[in-house]
This record gives sequence, C-alpha cells and structure tokens, in this order.
Amino acid sequence: MDASTSHPPSPGFGETGETHGPHHHEAGHDHEHHELGFWRKYIFSTDHKVIGIQYGICGMIFLFMGFSLMMIMRWQLAYPGQALPLIGKWLPYIFGANSMPDGKMTPEFYNSLGAMHGTIMIFLGVVPVAFAAFGNFVVPLQIGAPDMTFPKVNAASFWAFAVGGAIMLTSFFVPGGAAKGGWTSYTPLSDIADKGPGFHTVLNGQSLWLIGFIFLITSSLLGAVNFITTIIQLRAKGLTWMRLPFFVWSQFVTAFLLLLAFPPLEAAIIMQLMDRTAATSFFLPAGMIVNGAPLHVSGGGSPLLWQHLFWFLGHPEVYVLILPAFGIVGEILANNSRKPLWGYKSLVFSVLVIGFLSFVVWAHHMWLTGMGSTVSAFFQTTTLLISIPSVIILSAFFISLWGGSIRFNVPMLFVTAFLPMFGIGGLTGIPLAFNSADLYLHDTYYVIAHFHYIVAPGTIFGLFAGVYYWFPKATGRMMSEFWGKVHFWPSLICMNVIFLPMFLQGMLGMHRRWYDGGQGWTLAGEHIWGLSGFQWNTPISWAAWIMGLAQIPFIINFFWSIKHGKKVNDNPWEATTLEWTAPSPPPHGNFVTTPVAYRGPYEYSLPGREKDFTMQNEPVDPSERSRRMAEPALAH
Amino acid sequence: MEIPYTISTRPDTGLWNAKIGIWLFLASEVMLFGGLFSAYVFLRLDAQPGEWPHGLLNVPIGTFNTAILIVSSVTVVLAWAALKMRRYNAYWWYMLATILCGIIFLFVKLYLEWPPKFSHYGVFIKPEAREKYEPYLGNHRREEKGLEPRIEITGHLENHEALTDSNIKEYEIALDPVNADPDNPSHDRPHFIPLPATEKVAKIDKQDVERIDSFGPWHSAYFASYFTITGLHGAHVLAGVLVFLYMWLPVSKKVYQRNPEHLANRVEVSGLFWHFVDLIWIFVFPLFYLL
Repeated sequence: MDASTSHPPSPGFGETGETHGPHHHEAGHDHEHHELGFWRKYIFSTDHKVIGIQYGICGMIFLFMGFSLMMIMRWQLAYPGQALPLIGKWLPYIFGANSMPDGKMTPEFYNSLGAMHGTIMIFLGVVPVAFAAFGNFVVPLQIGAPDMTFPKVNAASFWAFAVGGAIMLTSFFVPGGAAKGGWTSYTPLSDIADKGPGFHTVLNGQSLWLIGFIFLITSSLLGAVNFITTIIQLRAKGLTWMRLPFFVWSQFVTAFLLLLAFPPLEAAIIMQLMDRTAATSFFLPAGMIVNGAPLHVSGGGSPLLWQHLFWFLGHPEVYVLILPAFGIVGEILANNSRKPLWGYKSLVFSVLVIGFLSFVVWAHHMWLTGMGSTVSAFFQTTTLLISIPSVIILSAFFISLWGGSIRFNVPMLFVTAFLPMFGIGGLTGIPLAFNSADLYLHDTYYVIAHFHYIVAPGTIFGLFAGVYYWFPKATGRMMSEFWGKVHFWPSLICMNVIFLPMFLQGMLGMHRRWYDGGQGWTLAGEHIWGLSGFQWNTPISWAAWIMGLAQIPFIINFFWSIKHGKKVNDNPWEATTLEWTAPSPPPHGNFVTTPVAYRGPYEYSLPGREKDFTMQNEPVDPSERSRRMAEPALAH
Repeated sequence: MEIPYTISTRPDTGLWNAKIGIWLFLASEVMLFGGLFSAYVFLRLDAQPGEWPHGLLNVPIGTFNTAILIVSSVTVVLAWAALKMRRYNAYWWYMLATILCGIIFLFVKLYLEWPPKFSHYGVFIKPEAREKYEPYLGNHRREEKGLEPRIEITGHLENHEALTDSNIKEYEIALDPVNADPDNPSHDRPHFIPLPATEKVAKIDKQDVERIDSFGPWHSAYFASYFTITGLHGAHVLAGVLVFLYMWLPVSKKVYQRNPEHLANRVEVSGLFWHFVDLIWIFVFPLFYLL
C-alpha cells in the first residue's frame, strides 16, 4: 500500500496535503506530478472531489436500501399477515429463516426493518449525501480552495463511515437480526434486547448498532473539523464572510452542529455498550423483571438519561438534515430565478440563530416523560422561537422567486417543489411543539408525516436538485432533462399520496410502531374521505412502491449520463459562484489560476450589462461603480 | 498541489490550519466528556440514600497520578519551547520525559489501581435484614447524626466458592475497617490513606443478601461511571503517548530537518491535546476520589 494509508493519519495534524512518505522517494521532488494509480486515484483518494463522490454514491445506495426496507414494511401494513408475493419467499434466504417464514413477516423482523430504516436513512443516507458529499465536493470549489485543509483526515472520515455502514449492514445477518429498538434505541428496552442465551455479547443486532455508530460519529467528527477549518482558512482572496455563497454558510453551521451535538450521543452509546457488555446499569433501574425473572443488575441507572443524551444529538441532527438542503435550494433558486437571493444577510443570520437554538430544544421530544411543567414551558418556548428563523428562510426563498425570470429546468423543479413541501412539514410541527397538543399526537402517524415532509420531499428533493445541478461540474456532462422530469413528477405526486393521509391516520390516534397497521384498533375503523384509517394504508403503500419505480429513471439517467450525457462548458447554468470558474471536471488542485473574489455571490441581472450574470471573480471596474451608485446623475 | 497555511499563518486569521483543527476537535471532546460527566451528576442526584459509595478509591495513588500528569504537561511545553529555540536534543529529552509520564500513569492505573477492585466485594443487605447486621453497619448512630444509612458490607471474600456453590449458605467476608468498627466516628469521612481490610471475618447469611458484587463496573452506578470515564480517559492518554512516540522517533527528526517549524507545530497541537487530557483528569480526580 502507499504512504498515505500505511501510517495512521492522527499525528498528521499540520501535515501538508501531499505526503512525504517513503513511497515518494523514487519520484524525488517531482511527486506533485506523479501519476496516481487507480486505487490511489479513485478508491483511497485524498482528493475532496473523489471523496465527495464516494460519499455521494455510497449515501445514495444507502438511501435506496433504507427505502427498500420501508417498501417491504409497507406490505405488512397494507396487508397484515399475508404472504408477500414474488420476493417474499426469497427474503428468508437473505435475512434468515425467522424473518419471513413463508413470506409472512414476523413482528421481530418488522421491528428490525423499522429501526434500520430510520438509522440507514438518516445516518447512512441523508447526512452523508447532504453534508459529506455535497460539502466535500462543492465547498472547496465554492470558496476557491485547492482541497480540504486536511486531505488525509478527510479520507479517514470516509473510511470510518464505510466501516460504520458495513457494521450496520452486517447486523442483519447475526442471530436475532438487526437492532429492533427503533432508530432512537430507547432504554431500558435496547439495554436488554438481543441479550442472554443464544446471543453473542458483541455480535448481536443492538451491540453492532452501537459499535457501528461509534464509527459514524468518528466520521462526522473528522468531517466537521475539516469543513470548519477549510472554510475559515482556505477562502480565496477577496472572499469575505459576507461574500460566501449561502450554501457554504449552511455547511459551516451544519459542521458545528455535528461537531458539538454528536459527542454527547457518543457518550450515551458508550454507556449503553457498557450496559450491554460490562454489566453496568447506566440506564437500568433496580428491580426489573425480564421474561418473568428478575434482572441481576446493580440498578441505580436512569432510562430517562438516555433520552436526554439521545435527543441532545437528535434535535440538532434534524437541522443537520435540513440546513444543507437550504443551502442547495438557495444556490439553485438564485441561479434559476436570475436574480440575487433575497435577504442574503437575514438568511445567514437565520441559519446562525437556528444553529444556536437547536441546542436548547431537545426535550420537546420528551413531553410524555413527565419532566414537569417548568421544564416543558422552557422547551416549548425555545421550540417556538426556533420556528422564527426557519420561517424567515422560507419566506426569503419565496420572495426570491418574485419578479424573477424563472427557468424551470430539473433542479429548479425540485427546488420549487421543496418550498411548499418543506412548508407543510414545518407548519405541521407547530402542534407538536405545544406539549398539550403533543400529548395526543405523540408517537402517532402524524409525527411520521410531519418529519417525513421535512426530510423526504424536503431534504431529499433538495439533494436531487443538487445532484442534477452539480452533475455537470463533476462530469462535464448534463443529465437528461426529459428523464429528470419523468423522475420528478411521479416522485412529487407519490410523496404527497404517501404522507398526506398519514396526518389523518395520526389524528385518529394510530400509533407509529404498530405491526399490523392498526388493524385491531377501534378508531382505525373511522372513515375519512371514504376510507377507514386502516384502509388508508393500502393507497399509501401503493404510492410507496410506485415511488420506488419512479427512482429507476434517476438511477439510469445518473449512470448513463456519466458517459453519454450532453457535453457542456464549464458554466452551463450561467451561475456566478466560484465553482463554475473551474474546469469540468476540476483537476486535482481544482483551479487553473487561483481565483480571487471581487463581489458577492449572487450578482444576477446587474443593470447595464450584456450578460444577466456576473461571476464572483470578475473585477469591479470603475465605470460600473459609478453606474451603480449615480443613477440620478445620469438624468442630467 | 500544496495546501496553504499548513505551517505559516494566514494573515487575516493569524492561525495555521491544524491549530484551528485541534481546537475544534477539543471542543468536540469537551462535549463527549461533558456528556459523561452530566450522566455522573444525573445518576448521583438520582441515587437513593446510601446507594452512592464514598471513600472506596485509593486517594494517594490518585494524587500521585494527578502529579504525574501535571508534570507531563510541563515537560511537553518545555519540549515545544526547545523546538522553538531549535534545540533538538533538549526536545528529545523532554519528549521522552512526557512519554514516560504517560506510561507511568497508565501503568499505575492498569496494574495498581484497577485489579484490586475486582477481588474486593460489597454485600448488599436486604432492607429487612439490616437490623441483624447492625454490628457491622452502625446505622443507629448514623441515623442519630443524620447521616445516610449504610446498606452494604465490604471486604475480602474469603470463600469464593460460595458465589457458585448453592450448598454453602454463608458468605465469609474479611471486613473493611468501616464495617469492622462501624461506630467509630473516624469512618464518617473517607480516609486519605486507605486502611487495609481487617482480620475480622463476618459471616453473612445468603438469605439476607440482596446481591453481592465485586467493585467492578457492575457494582453500582458509581463504579460504572468510574470505569467508563477513567477507561475513556486512559484511552486518551494512550492515544497521546502513541502520538508523542511518533514525534519522538527518528522518523520525525526528518520533518525537523526539513522544516523545524513543522515539527514544532505538530508538538504544539498534540501538546494542546495532552493538556486537555490532563484537564479532564483534573475533573475526574475530585469527582471520584474526593467528593
């Protein structure tokens, strides 16, 4: 192996990008022009663009896996107890005999699928794509940097993620199957699940979930340190803070959230792992009875402690999911409405305020734990406060559209869909912020609908928009417009058919973790719009499967366009930010000439110019300055 | 391709890259240990009267380790200063001293402090039987003085086979002084120098025992936090030692010869990490040993 992988990266703080290890000696001082082999160039690369693409492709594969788990679950919810046709009899060969005997899903397997759907979607899908993939690929280009500040740490971050992901997937194949305690892994249930006779101490679903998580947290820590340092240190000359593209700001705040919110969860995970392997009882009270026998533990632990530590991550995590999408949406919105992003400064300050407030709202996930009214009142107040900057951002986006000459290309379609979809998700969260209303809605399908509106047609639409938008930069080719639209319209319709009825189901009181889809619940028999709460499962499930099919045009379009897409120039969208001054695809080191920024990020449709966009690296000439400031003087 | 500001500072921020990087990393570490310390506070406040043990750790050993870490924090600064003055030999010796301090700390922890805990037992007496063991618990006097009750009898387990053999009806415990002479007021507060277990053996009927556990992580929330936090801290010390070792070995002399400032910067950031590890211990020591 080569120099960068044969010694640990940890002492490498303060190391230059290219190694000076023994490997390079034969190349002498010419190592900068040294041709890298295939493995070094595409697999164990330290180039931020390659790492970004690695993250992106892995993340999208995980997104599809997580979605597939849900497609299997949707069968059980729509047709509980019936054998899954076609693939049902094959699944036991993959997931073990106890998963789906005769194609019928067992409750344990249903729980595994639910827990792993959440875990995979959030931690292996959306975060790696939204933060790590787009952040890695786009941020250094947008700030005019040759790479990240710590390229080897960057590679280590990706490989920690890959190991964590592999451990998570492996957990499906150990006795007992993958973790079953929900993506939140609430204690004491998760402390005692998959434990006892027949289970290995470490090689069981829940323990592997915990160990996998430690790798994922390490990965995001390394990534976050790298992003923040890069944005502080490697901005191009003239690129002051208020000239940064909004996307860079959103990634900057996201990195801080990951940096500071994940470690308390890591502490909690270490404690749960101790509970499971070293017989401690951090989260176990005394006197518990499991399977009819008293549990031999010291007690003295607190199940509530887990919830506090989990949600201390969990809530900032929500903003980790949405802020990068805000950033992508802002870029594409300005570009395709051909006018500056409205209220740039308010957007930046809103993102900063969100970042700060997201650390003091976590207990709104815990209204039902009986924390007491004082604590509840505090967290209710902060929760409502945090909606203010979110509304500012959404309003600024809507106003940005006003008076623009909008181009409805594929990225813009996804972005225009994002705005109302995120709006629905955000506004339906307000009843959950009030603890009195939440007492009823807690853990129902209403909650599911609320956060999926934010993450699925919200964040994931933002991510699709970003993929279509930056694809030409990564490959030098466009993705197909037509197939993009074939991808977009069914996805938009299916998203709404899936999640809109869930609000109704939730208001009937249908619980989010029911294995039989609410078949046995009296109130699920109430009719809304001609269908009972239980019967609504059927159209929802069909919409989910159709949406699965609707992703096929995207997958084909993506891979086909890498080789066969329409060739385009370096700036096909006629955008203004610095990444479009680099060649497509950018070489190692990114820019042919080191860029210098002379103006703000969104100088679209400047009066008196031939082109309707002015790039950040275009010098401001004196005549322009006088034209800008002295309009009235021209009247004389 | 060269990444800018790896060694020299960026004019407008006045910093080189790794210095920002390490401070961010330390911020993250603060949150990690902060989470664990919060858990400690949470569990301690939640504990029932008598449930949170006191005075079970060896304070002189802890004090010794505290001193060792403080000394090593000084030597690492001296090592960095020596590099800044381009005195590689002095650097080499100071770095060696730092590494040795780290190793001594780990040795004391892993060979002197942890192992005895696993052969020391605590026997938790059922509430209804506590009156019977009043000669070992001394709860009458404690109640008068408004102290928390004792619910546990500690010492060396003389008959280990009793743990597994159900035919043996009693545990034989060579009592710790606190249970051998429970009414002695000197035991109301932990002793600085720990007293060894006495010759006095108590026979405790298994029927009266709620549970018996050695002083491992399974003993109580207290020992659970103790082993978790000191274990994680020990892992950090080990990581620091390995990083320092890398900077002390000849491979780093090449870095020094190419650009001395580069090695100085490396020592500076890893030194910052080392100070942080030291600082964590400054919290661990009073929380577990003294309070």
